[in-house]
Amino acid sequence: MRKLGDKPSLGGVFLNGIFNENPTFRLVLGVCPTLAVTTSAINGLGMGLAATFVLLGSNVVISLLRNFIPDKVRIPAFVVVICTFVTMVQMLMQAFLPSLYDALGLFIPLIVVNCIILARAEAFASKNGVLASAMDGIGMGLGFTLALMLIGSVRELIGNGSIFGQALLGASYEPMLLLVLAPGAFITFGLLLGIINAITARSAKKKARKGGNDA
Amino acid sequence: MMITDVSSLLLFMVSCVLCNNYIFSRFLGCCPFLGVSSKVETAAGMGMAVMFVMALASLFTWLVYHFILVPLELTYLNTIAFILVIASLVQFVEMFMKKSMKALYSALGIYLPLITTNCAVLGAAILNINEGYGLLQSVLNGVFSAAGFLLAIVLMAGVRERLESSNIPESLKGFPISLITAGLLSVAFMGFSGLV
Repeated sequence: MRKLGDKPSLGGVFLNGIFNENPTFRLVLGVCPTLAVTTSAINGLGMGLAATFVLLGSNVVISLLRNFIPDKVRIPAFVVVICTFVTMVQMLMQAFLPSLYDALGLFIPLIVVNCIILARAEAFASKNGVLASAMDGIGMGLGFTLALMLIGSVRELIGNGSIFGQALLGASYEPMLLLVLAPGAFITFGLLLGIINAITARSAKKKARKGGNDA
Repeated sequence: MMITDVSSLLLFMVSCVLCNNYIFSRFLGCCPFLGVSSKVETAAGMGMAVMFVMALASLFTWLVYHFILVPLELTYLNTIAFILVIASLVQFVEMFMKKSMKALYSALGIYLPLITTNCAVLGAAILNINEGYGLLQSVLNGVFSAAGFLLAIVLMAGVRERLESSNIPESLKGFPISLITAGLLSVAFMGFSGLV
């Protein structure tokens, strides 16, 4: 844990969102879109980038306004800022990426209630400068995007035999449809979370042993 | 599906509660579903609070959409309008309950602020508009979908109470095992998909 008052480096803030505090695998925030749109890698990528855009925009604006927003009404104020960017994404996507817009459907307006975005506004952007907040937004957004792409790729590969629409497993592969259906979302996410926990626990143990030798 | 008589009402109920369950097939409201499902009593409290707010939210968002946004040609502002309606509604309900319904407030009060960010409520409001439901059907959709949420969260809490005392691999404890459990429940719910 960082000491209070320490100025973190911009690169550190950026990487923090991707690894140490990955919103999906570490903080387990924003579960609904994670489960709903990861039927394929491309949908996961689209959702992740849309959320990244909203995170970047809302973090920058909230950081700029952090000294003007009264403490009592900060949550409604944050929500209005976030909502503005979500509406922008929704309109841009409808105009330029209609097929992705149809695939993500209801979950584009629902980015508003994605807890990752409000959590970063509250925990980071309302306390830090513009540049650091922008970095935090991009880092968190890319962490979310990578996680969604990972889950989407696994589900698409096993459930459909392809990744990003490229058939990889050949015609003889019998796709396991369950993984692209609703139950597959829960099970894949649960197992991936378990695997990542196991890897982290192992590397923490290794580090502890090394630390013991040094001392 | 339009509601014209009692049998279509029943079909609509079955479709909302079982076939298109908000948790298991639409993935709406998963955060409280995973966060507040460790005890059956708290899960039931959360479910009831969601049902109450969702019925009111369906009513008011429908009215706002059809009597304010459509006449002013501001329908592209629906997301922002709905979230503000829901947030103020939750605040208002909380204040009202605190004043005049003490018993209900002490039962549901702590869950109310959480509901503003429950995507099931906003999701229901947007779905009502997208599906072109009338006022009555919107409110019924809110009530029945929330009943599905209540059923899902109580079932999950029952399973999780049993999981507490079972032997789970270290790395699967907490969220991972809950998600896998939810996946298995979702397989069971798929069995209802042919009903309507």
